[in-house]
Parts: sequence; C-alpha cells; structure tokens
Amino acid sequence: MEIVRSQREPTHAAASTTSAKLSFYRFAPALEVRLEDFELYAIDRLRVLQGISDGLSRGKKPEEMEKLVTELWRAHMRHQDPSEVMNKDIISHFVLRLVYCRTDELRKWFLSMETSLFRYRFRLESPESQRSLMSEFQLPYKAISRAEFETVKEKLNQVARSIGQSLNADTLFFKAPFEEVPELFAGRRVFLQKGFAYVAMHQVVSLVATQFRSNLSKCLVLTNRKWTSTIRDTERDRLAPIIEALSTGYLGPDYSQPKNSAEISLKDINGLASSSFPLCMRHLFDKLRETHHLKHGGRMQLGLFLKGVGLRLEDALLFWKSEFSQKVLQIVGAERFDKEYAYSIRHNYGKEGKRTDYTPYSCQKVISSTPSTGDHHGCPYRHFRTDAVQISLVQNFPTAFVAAFVVYAHLLHPSAITSSLFDCFLTSLSGLAPDDLIYFNSEENLRAALTKMGVCGRSVDGILDKVRNKHYQIACTLTFEAVHDAPYDSGINHPNQYFDASRKILQNKMEST
Amino acid sequence: MSKDENLVEDKMQIDQHDSDRLQKNVPDGFSEDYLKVYYGKLFPCVDIYRWLSYGNDGKHPACDQSYFGRREFSFTLENDIYLRFLSFNNVVEMESSIRKKCPFKIDIGPVYTVDPAKRRAYAQGGNNVFSPIERELVFDIDMSDYDDVRYCCSGADVCLDCWPLMNVAIKVLDMSLREDFGFNHILWVYSGRRGVHCWVCDGRARRLRDEQRASIAEYFHVNKGGENNAKKVNLTGAVLHPFLARSYTEVLKDSFEKKMLLSQKLFASEDRFQKILQIIPDDSIASELLDKWQGNRRSSISKEDVNVSRWEQLKHVLQSGKHKVQGLRRCVEEIIFTYTFPRLDMEVSKHMNHLLKAPFCVHPKTGRICVPIDPNDCDDFDPTTVPTLSQLIEELNMSNKRSESEEDWERTSLRKSIEIFRSFLSALLKSCKKEINSNVRQSTDARNW
Ligand SMILES: [Zn+2]
Repeated sequence: MEIVRSQREPTHAAASTTSAKLSFYRFAPALEVRLEDFELYAIDRLRVLQGISDGLSRGKKPEEMEKLVTELWRAHMRHQDPSEVMNKDIISHFVLRLVYCRTDELRKWFLSMETSLFRYRFRLESPESQRSLMSEFQLPYKAISRAEFETVKEKLNQVARSIGQSLNADTLFFKAPFEEVPELFAGRRVFLQKGFAYVAMHQVVSLVATQFRSNLSKCLVLTNRKWTSTIRDTERDRLAPIIEALSTGYLGPDYSQPKNSAEISLKDINGLASSSFPLCMRHLFDKLRETHHLKHGGRMQLGLFLKGVGLRLEDALLFWKSEFSQKVLQIVGAERFDKEYAYSIRHNYGKEGKRTDYTPYSCQKVISSTPSTGDHHGCPYRHFRTDAVQISLVQNFPTAFVAAFVVYAHLLHPSAITSSLFDCFLTSLSGLAPDDLIYFNSEENLRAALTKMGVCGRSVDGILDKVRNKHYQIACTLTFEAVHDAPYDSGINHPNQYFDASRKILQNKMEST
Repeated sequence: MSKDENLVEDKMQIDQHDSDRLQKNVPDGFSEDYLKVYYGKLFPCVDIYRWLSYGNDGKHPACDQSYFGRREFSFTLENDIYLRFLSFNNVVEMESSIRKKCPFKIDIGPVYTVDPAKRRAYAQGGNNVFSPIERELVFDIDMSDYDDVRYCCSGADVCLDCWPLMNVAIKVLDMSLREDFGFNHILWVYSGRRGVHCWVCDGRARRLRDEQRASIAEYFHVNKGGENNAKKVNLTGAVLHPFLARSYTEVLKDSFEKKMLLSQKLFASEDRFQKILQIIPDDSIASELLDKWQGNRRSSISKEDVNVSRWEQLKHVLQSGKHKVQGLRRCVEEIIFTYTFPRLDMEVSKHMNHLLKAPFCVHPKTGRICVPIDPNDCDDFDPTTVPTLSQLIEELNMSNKRSESEEDWERTSLRKSIEIFRSFLSALLKSCKKEINSNVRQSTDARNW
C-alpha cells in the first residue's frame, strides 16, 4: 500500500497524543485498499464525527470537547499496526469525502465536523509541533516584523492584559484578515485594526482551522463534480453501494428484524402509540386514525417502523386493511387494496419483488425526506416548521376558487389561517402577481403536537429552541426525556431506538412499583 | 402613462385645487392614498436601485448583469399580507411593482445564487442551489431595549431626552466598523419609530458568512445580564480591550456625565439610585452611599444638581485609595457601560437571510419616513421632526415646480435626507467601480498565467 503525500518523516508519528500526525489531507492517497477496510475505516471515522456532532449540539465547552475528541479518537481510530494508523486516518477521511460530497446538506455537516476534529487535534499538539505543522501546511501567514510589532505593541499589550495574560516580548504575532478568526474577535481576544486581526502564536489554531475549512470546502465541491462525472459510473458495482449505504449516516443496530422477545399484537398498538411512539410515528398514526388514509411516503415510514417494533406481517395486513376500510376500501375496493396496498406491505416484509427485507428508516433518513403538501411523513421537528402553506395565487382567478383554496389550506393547517386573513384574501387579490407567495409560520403546530405528547412549559421552549437551531434529533431526545421524565444520554438516532428505549424505561417503572 | 399614475395625477389636482380654499387640507396620519402619491413622486426608487446594484448596472464587461435580479424583496401589504421572494430585473420593474402594490412596508433580503422568484424551479434537482450569497452587514437598535435605563418614556416611545442613547450607539458602532473592521460604506437609517438601522455595504461586509456576522455582533455585545440580573455588564481583566477603552473615553463617558445623568435624573429618587447601587459588588460601600442619600441629608451648601453631586460622591468613594479591591476598580466604568453602551438586536445581524426594512419606507404607525442619518451629524438628528407622510404631501400641494428639471423631492423636507443618501451612494459607487475594474484585471492576469 502506498500513499502519496507531502514530504514528511513518519517516524515519530506514533508518539503524538492522538497517535497519528495531523494531516491537512491535501492529496488523495493512491493506494490499494481492501474493500472491507475501505468501509470499516470510514465507519470508524463516522463514529468519531457523530460523537463530535452530538457533543457540539449538546453545547459542550471547548475543554470538554477536547477531552471528548481525544476519547473518540482513541476508541475508534486506533489500529493494531502502528504504521497503519496514519493510513487509516487519511483513507477514512477521503472515503467520507466521497460519501459526504453529494448534497449541500451532507457537505455542510461533514465540513463542520471535520473542521472541529482537526481543530481539537491541533490544539492537542505542542507549540513547537504546531509551528512546524503550520510551515508544513504552507499557510499564507508570516509573523509580523519587529518594526510592525513596535507600532502596535501598546495595543497588543492592552488586549493581552484585558484577557488576563501578559504580553511576552518574544511572542510571535500573525496578521490576518479579521474574517479568518471570527471566534477570536467575537470574544475580543485579539487587536483589530483596519480589517486585520493580530493573532498571537497561542491563538493560531483559529487561523489554521479556518484554512483547513476553506480548503476542504473547495475540495468537496471538486469531489462532487468528480463523483457525478466519473466515479459513480466506474465504481457502480464496487464502491458506489458502500458510499450510498454510508451516507444514511446511521450506525446503530439494525432494526429490520424485531428482537425475538418483542412482538406486539394488534390490540396493544393504540396504547403503545401514545406511550412509546416518537412524534414522527405518533403523528402518522394519529393522521391514519383520523383520515383513514396515508400517502405512500407515510405508509412506508410508519409501516417499516411497525415492522421494526414487532408487528407481524399478518397483523400488519389486518391493521392497514382495517384502518383503510372505512374510506379507501369504499373508494378503491377490496380488490385494489389487495393488489396495490397489500402488495407494498408484503414488499416491506420482503415477501414480494426483490424479496429484500427493508430496513426501518433512521432519523437521518426521516429528516432528509421531503414531504409535500398533504404528506404526513418526515420529521415533525423539521417539517412542521418549514412546511408552511405555500399558496401561489394566479391573478384573475375567480374569487370563489381562491376562497376554496384557502378553505383547503385551512383544513391542512387550521392554526395558520385565521378568519381575518381569509378576508384579506378576498379584498386584496387584485394587487397580487402570479408568483406571489404567502407564508405562514407553523411553529404553533409543533407546540400543539408536543402538548399532546404531554410535554409542557419550559420543556417545550427548550425543544423549540433546538428546532430553531436545526438540532432535530436533540429536540427529539429532549422530548423523550420530558415524556419519560428520565435522562437519555445516548441521544435518539432511530425511531425504533426511541421505541425500544421507551419500552425499557416503562417496563422498569412497572417492575419497581 | 399608466392608468395608476393617471389616478395619482387626478388626486393631486383635486388636492391642489382644494388647498386654495383650505389652509391645511391633508389630515395627519397614514393612508394608502398618500402612500400612492409618495411612491409616485418622492420615493427615490432609482437611487435605491443604483445602491443595490453595486455598480453592476453599468456597461463594463465585468458587471454581473443578473446581480440585482437575484436580490430578494418582500412587501407587506395592507392587512399584514406578506409577500416574500419578490425580485426585479431592473429599475422599471421595481418601480412599477411598488406603485402597483403600494406596500405598507418594503423589506430587503439577501442576494441569492439564483433569482429568488424562480427558486422552486431550481429546487427540483435535489442539490440545493438556492442559497443566499451576499447581504449587507446590518444592525438594528431599538429604544425599547433600553427601558431599564430611561425614565422619560418606555416601549416604542422616544423623545429628545432618551434619543441621545441612539447617538451613542451610532458613534460607537460607526467608529469601530471603520477603525477596527476597516469598513467605509456605512448607511445609518432612522427606523421610523423607536430606533436606527445600520447597513454596512462594503464588498467585504456583503460577503461575510453567518458565523462571521455573529462574531461581529458578539464583538459589540457587552450588556449580557438577564431581566433579573442587576449587574448587566461585567468588565473583567486588568484593563479594557482597546475597542471598549476607546468607546468609553471618546463617547460613553461624556454622554453619560453630560447628558444621560441629567436628562434621565439617574440619582433623583430612591428607586433610581438603588438600581445603580445594586451594580456595586461591595455591600458596605453601597450601604454607605445609601445612608448618605436616604432622607434629606443633602449638604446644604450645594446648589449643585443632585444627580451630579451624588454621581461625584459615588465616584469619589469607589475611586478613592482606600477601596483598592479587585472588582471595584471597574465599577464606575461598568455603571456607565450599563447605562449607555449600544444594545443590539443580535438576531438581525447574525443571519444573511434576515430581512430589514428599506430606507425611505414610511412607518405605518407614526407616518414618519425612514430617513438616512449622517453619523457625523447625528447629534443634530431629531426624531420628532422627521418628515411625515402627510407633511410631505402637504408640502407637495402647497408649492409648485420652480423649473422643468426640478424633481419633486427637491421642494419638500425630504430633500436633506435624499442628499445624505446620495453622498453615501456616490462614494460607494466610486469604490464599486474600482472593485469591478480590479476584478477584470485579476481575471485577465489569471488568463495570462
Ligand atoms: Zn424619552
């Protein structure tokens, strides 16, 4: 195996804290990797990145993060062959580049997790090693000259003293555009002058991390181009399936087979839905009960979940048929139900088509789905908020038509449209052009749904706060904690995990009383 | 002339005819009819178009002709109907849309990667190509955030006694944006009721990422205490950071001692000085001063203002040699920072896609125009005399064009505001031109390599 990389002696690599010398990942390795290493290395790195992601969204402090990163790296990135440690680092990074280059959302996540990882690994290096890494990475910064130092010395001293440090005469300072050190000037930890920040040697991690980030960001765009233009096709049978599978980002247990002990029967399903379903499934379940219908996306999401919690195929068929019976069966008839709906249920259980046993959706998959109007699948924490009613009004449409439209919208989002708004439609149609859009914020819907789950007061605010910051899984975890009145440190990554954890807590409670 | 404009003309003639008979025929307040006249005759649409084009409306080959068309506008119509993601390809489209829809409020959003009106067509691909890429760095300062340090009014009300707080904000931010961050093109605008908006328009500012915007807002964030926390400002460290030190000596100290102390009568009653004493971390000093001030034990010889004398006493006690306790040293400064340092609405500045009301809009509640403020003359700015919509309509009705070339705004009190805006604009466009030229040079250089 051979890796093309920058000139560097790998001799003392193993001595460093994180057991591999830090890389800027400038060059893709030209090497032969065994296919299973390719996947295993990537999964190990993904566990590190997910650990970081979880730590960050839980608001851990820099010192805690430093400790967390060290632990995660030790736990997952070691290799029994010391010479292989650095290869594992580089290979796993480049595999995940392929995995995470393909959409904006994936790129953003990867970029920010890899940068955090790099930052904390760099912080753990000694000052000497940091300097040599800086010159090795060929960063475009030079220390300011003695003469320049003299002109700003007084201000630098003032900054140092303002943060409880003292200015050392031989401290090196680097001058960089302020944009590159946001975290430093945010806390007023550097001197700013005419758009430049004076960064002391012990602060350079900010500069280096910024460079790392912008370099990686450009690379990801290029990788994406390469992926779509060639790699996807040339690797169709070899790497592409692995890449696809990795990008769901779900590394927990496989829920496609219910645990032996956990089979649920039809008569329990109502009780279980209100006690142990996560909001996404609870919402689908309620909608199904209410309207006796779900669109395809919803049937898949709920159906596979039910399979995962232990609803047997025969029961599943009965369940869907009885739910649909009142409305759909009248419309489509029992024959068509058997033909279309039953087929897809049997399909989910691997009894039709390719006979693959389909896996219940992970949070990642639920969150990244794109429900449209009338759909109820997806992640309520994400989609309740952005799923605002969008009404495109076409000029000169008869008022009656628009009124009907508003009524329809009202049925979908009762809280979103008030009667005064309704009046506005009628009075102000003339001024609207074809593409005008009207938006409603539906945070209220989420609030109502949470209340229905039994979450109230401050907990709701905390959850909505996470939602606003796009931490949907943390929001779900907080909901879990509020509903069960118990901490849940491992975090929700899968609706079935929510269910299992809920059952466990409730059973323990029953046994103890 | 379009049908709409005819209507406006007719209205004007009727109004003018009426004004012969009545001294004041324009009732105060806000109405859609006035707004129509305002948009038709006074609103500086072309200037706003030139501003938001940043030189890209020129003939230069390096101009990005799609630039203005990728900017999001949003209109708030009567009855709070809110139209988002509007865009206009040129000034004619923008002008006619504004005149036709007559928005009660116009908001300006970011420049996106693609035309925001067509964003859904681009969204089909799954790869999200629709995202904001440029936006002025903006700040929003509301007087209602100062309610715990002013006693003349509260909430949305402002008067000449509290307005100096806004001038402090303008001076502190303007100075730092120029000296520390190196920005040059900064537009200050009265928000029409209770505060000011700031638009930093340099190319470097427009290209900032959200994280960098949040950091700048944080740099300016000093008041951190919550509702229940008496001590809202915590200045630690042996000395102040150069930015805070400069703000203090050049703006805050004078403004506090020469203006706010007297105009807000900060020591005139017990509840007011109690509030200040709570900031002092040493209970024995606080109660020593409290004892001195409670009741009527004022020194009889003093004809001095009670606020000034008590402030001097407080300073004397805190700064006299016998209290060299760590934590007390900063206390005088902390009090002044608490009572004067700018309080930003942080959320507005943090995100590229936050919408902000356009300059020269009319505030629907006060009828006042959101006029630009010259930061060098901000001490002379009086929010209570900012032209109102009805006043401008009246001025239009009462005077006639003096010459063919004269524009309507020139014979109204909007004139000074438009001149401030144009002087900001001409400096800005000069530097945009330079930037566009240097882009060309760079790209030809790159081709030569
Ligand atoms: Zn006032």
